[in-house]
Amino acid sequence: MTTKRYSKISIGLHWVIALLIFSAFPIGLYMHDLKLSPTKLHLYSYHKWIGITVLMLAVLRVLWRATHKPPALHLARWQEVASGIVHGFLYLLILAVPMTGWLMSSAKGVKTVWLGIFPLPDLVAKDKALGHILSNVHTALNYTLLVLVVLHIAAALKHHFVDRDDVLLRMLPGK
Amino acid sequence: MKTFNEIIILFALLLMACDASAVEYNQVQSNQSTVSFGYRQMGVPMEGKFGKFAAQVAFDPDKLANAQARIDVTLSSVDSGSSDADESVQGKLWFDTRNYPLASFVATGVKPLGGNRYQATGKLTIKGKTLDVSAPVTLAVIGNRAEFNGSFNIKRLSYGVGIGEWTDLDTVADDIQIRFHLVVLASPASPLSNPPKRK
Ligand code: HEM
Repeated sequence: MTTKRYSKISIGLHWVIALLIFSAFPIGLYMHDLKLSPTKLHLYSYHKWIGITVLMLAVLRVLWRATHKPPALHLARWQEVASGIVHGFLYLLILAVPMTGWLMSSAKGVKTVWLGIFPLPDLVAKDKALGHILSNVHTALNYTLLVLVVLHIAAALKHHFVDRDDVLLRMLPGK
Repeated sequence: MKTFNEIIILFALLLMACDASAVEYNQVQSNQSTVSFGYRQMGVPMEGKFGKFAAQVAFDPDKLANAQARIDVTLSSVDSGSSDADESVQGKLWFDTRNYPLASFVATGVKPLGGNRYQATGKLTIKGKTLDVSAPVTLAVIGNRAEFNGSFNIKRLSYGVGIGEWTDLDTVADDIQIRFHLVVLASPASPLSNPPKRK
């Protein structure tokens, strides 16, 4: 059986974004409760830089996906609908999670300077109350993302190890 | 004849006092004035300010040699630009406000730079350490109201501000830009008036 894989670009973007989210997420959780220190400020910056990188790659990813049809699947109808919905929300969240982070930073009056070199524009004026709300939104979206990612991984593993189809292989590099 | 001479001298003094150009700006409007600062944290430009300070100014553009200025900043009124940091910055490693509640600037001289620009020099004391500073100041006068705007840079470590783990300048840079905007109203100078009071 030959596997019809996603394009190299899709596969590359998928795994780079996954890796970056798997670093930004635990850093986000950990940094939050540290007491103020140079380490904390470094972690906040790394978190923001990684997150903005995700945002940029996510924009590319969505544009690429919109212009390139993935190879056809032959799954049960309900599985195609369910995965379509989850994937739709995942695309939305990989944009919305970093966007709310960026918005929150603007509202808190801490500009985002990507990699410490490229200043991004502030999206909203400094506003403490708004910053607090956006921080909660960022957290809530992150937990939504977490739930969907767990579901996403569980489904991929089930296809691979239980159904023994090529759903996971399609997204893995290969020839 | 002696009394006549005295009267002449008195008249001369009065004439000097009534010299129209002799205005002295010496009533600082604290609620319209600001003392703020800028710094870089992880490459991010940050803005902070002090909510409370006391300023005394006596400035007559025609008598620069007599110019006086003093600003005492209450460091616990700091707004560091990040609410997370306002408390820490008062701690021992930064301002140590318990032992050093005030930072003070005392002018030692003013030189004209031409037009409405001046160079003010003075002594800045933070955390018990006094160093010379110098700031270009622009003066804008509308009626009896003068606005002094100026800024200068200091190195925070030379005052021992941000020591311990914060000595690492990657996180918070050494350069701090201090900016002041003082609104000062004029009262006509008079040889009989006292110099501005010092607290
Ligand atoms: C893939 C992208 C991102 C992920 C997965 C992510 C994840 C997280 C997580 C899990 C937290 C902890 C939430 C909590 O404990 O309440 C967090 C906090 C935070 N994130 Fe993100 N984040 C991302 C992008 C960004 C971006 C792009 C920025 C800013 C430019 C940002 C700024 C922040 C800040 C400032 C906090 C701390 C919130 C606070 O102190 O209230 N994040 N993030």
